[in-house]
Amino acid sequence: MLPGLAMFGLLVIIPVAAAIYFSFFQWNGLGGPPGVSQTSSWVGLGNFTRAFSDSVFRGDLWRGFVLMVLSLTIQLPLSLGLALLLHEKFPGRTIFRLLFFAPYVISEVITGVLFGVILRQEGGLLNEVLRSVGLGSLIPVNGWLGTQSILLFVAFAVITWKYFGFHMIIYMAGRQNIPRELTEAAMTDGATPWQVFRHVTLPLLGPTIRVTIFLSVIGVIQLFDMIFVLTAPNFGGPGHAAETMAITMYRHGFQRFEVGYASAISVIMFLICLVFALGYIRFVMRRDIEGAVTTVGGR
Amino acid sequence: MSHIPSSRRTTVAASAPVPGRVATGRPPGTGRPPATGEGMALRRRRQRWRNARLATIAGVTALVVIVIPIMFGVIGGFKDPGQLQNNPLGLPSPWNVDNYVGILSEGRFWRNTFNSLFIGLATVVLVVSASALAAFMFARYAFRGREVLFMLFAAGLMFPPAVAVLPLFVLLREIGLLSSPWGVILPQAAFGLPLTIIILRTFFRGIPAEIEESAVLDGCSTFGVFWRIMLPMARPALAVVAVLALVTSWNNFLLPLLVLISERDWWTLPLGVQQFSSQYGQDTARVLAYTMLATVPALAFFFVAERQIVAGIAPTVGTKG
Repeated sequence: MLPGLAMFGLLVIIPVAAAIYFSFFQWNGLGGPPGVSQTSSWVGLGNFTRAFSDSVFRGDLWRGFVLMVLSLTIQLPLSLGLALLLHEKFPGRTIFRLLFFAPYVISEVITGVLFGVILRQEGGLLNEVLRSVGLGSLIPVNGWLGTQSILLFVAFAVITWKYFGFHMIIYMAGRQNIPRELTEAAMTDGATPWQVFRHVTLPLLGPTIRVTIFLSVIGVIQLFDMIFVLTAPNFGGPGHAAETMAITMYRHGFQRFEVGYASAISVIMFLICLVFALGYIRFVMRRDIEGAVTTVGGR
Repeated sequence: MSHIPSSRRTTVAASAPVPGRVATGRPPGTGRPPATGEGMALRRRRQRWRNARLATIAGVTALVVIVIPIMFGVIGGFKDPGQLQNNPLGLPSPWNVDNYVGILSEGRFWRNTFNSLFIGLATVVLVVSASALAAFMFARYAFRGREVLFMLFAAGLMFPPAVAVLPLFVLLREIGLLSSPWGVILPQAAFGLPLTIIILRTFFRGIPAEIEESAVLDGCSTFGVFWRIMLPMARPALAVVAVLALVTSWNNFLLPLLVLISERDWWTLPLGVQQFSSQYGQDTARVLAYTMLATVPALAFFFVAERQIVAGIAPTVGTKG
């Protein structure tokens, strides 16, 4: 128990606490901890007011919200549909399952680099395909990765490519737990496939869906790798079009050495996660918690 | 009753040379449920026929969405820059193996792979050994503050590493672990603890207490129970958490980027790929070759350990569903 506790305390709890402490200072990260360092000065909540008046950071919050909505309305239903399809028995479904799940083990960096090439303006796969089928007019003048108004959606598409198999696997596991008798009974009673889905499968998948929503939102909050690589070298994209909180934090903390300000951004990320997680667990997942692996408080 | 038309349709379906036939080709009269059950069976057959069509759709989608981008990368690696620019869709002519051969004969790629492997395995050993004992105690011993302590660990699930990475960086700098692989290994292990402990605790709880009790009666010590009974029994669960921790470490980018960027000899694969792609940005074919080679270990591992990966992800869903 002790080694685990020591590791957890030193490398998880203390850094999170330190982020809170740092966030009250203006500090370039040098000359000892803030408060001691000559280069630091106490600014109280100054970093936080700065963040909320910074148009880039406010944009991060908005973009995070957009990504979250897109994930919940497009990515998750897509994964669910696919999971239900692959639940049915047909030849080759094991292979499809493996195929759809494979992108999950490919790192975000590799996915980002690969799609950077696929989406590039000249000699990219997507544009060549579009031109060869006569849809060349769809190609944006500045390219898929260079057009501010669509970059966030392009990034979302790539994120979906990597993660929909992950959610699909979770849904498939949830679907397998639904006893066959239930769907069969409904069908015997003359329910259409849609009715079976709507009134039997979907409600019984409720706990599973609620978990994937949770994972999806937490994932969006800390999104970094994919955006960093996909929008390189101008990470965040032109005009911060696909910038996330973690990228803004990185820019200020590790490039401009505004450690206090970057810490404030970390703390805001942390608070968003915390409030979301506690609220979600308390109000949405309450009934599901019993018996789940994530049982909190024990039985 | 709509039996007749549906049975006709099934006959047509079953005689058509579709893959679904194997599944539906049950000899008539064997093990068929009576009366309404028959309608059910027919209905299920009809559905399977529809599924065969759906399977085709799924297959085509999988091909277009998953296979083509990856094949584009793999084949692109066999082109020279001119070919990739002028003929992105077609096959390379001639096939140019220089990119792959060049990368494989340089030390850099192997060094990246070795580093990823070393950092991953060290993380796994640390996180699993630290978690197993803790999970065992959480599962089996009542001690003061147990629930509070467990809540603390469980709460760790809500801390995305990105939140702590900045002070972690400062801390690692102070204790001299910057530019050292341990600066990546130790924090990764620490952030892996919550999930590992939770999964293992659940598993240990499922082991019947009688087994332990009889071991104790036979004179086994507490640690003996853990070491000789619980750990061997938990082997499947240990495999799951180990695989999960390895995949997470293997794909980690932000922490290695911050800690190891100035230590080229310790770059991991993701860091190596990112650096390679910014260094050789003009030579896209070469970048593709490097990137695709970097996916090989992950994909190979995936096909071997798919079951453990799935088992590690799926139970987060709650086995009681």
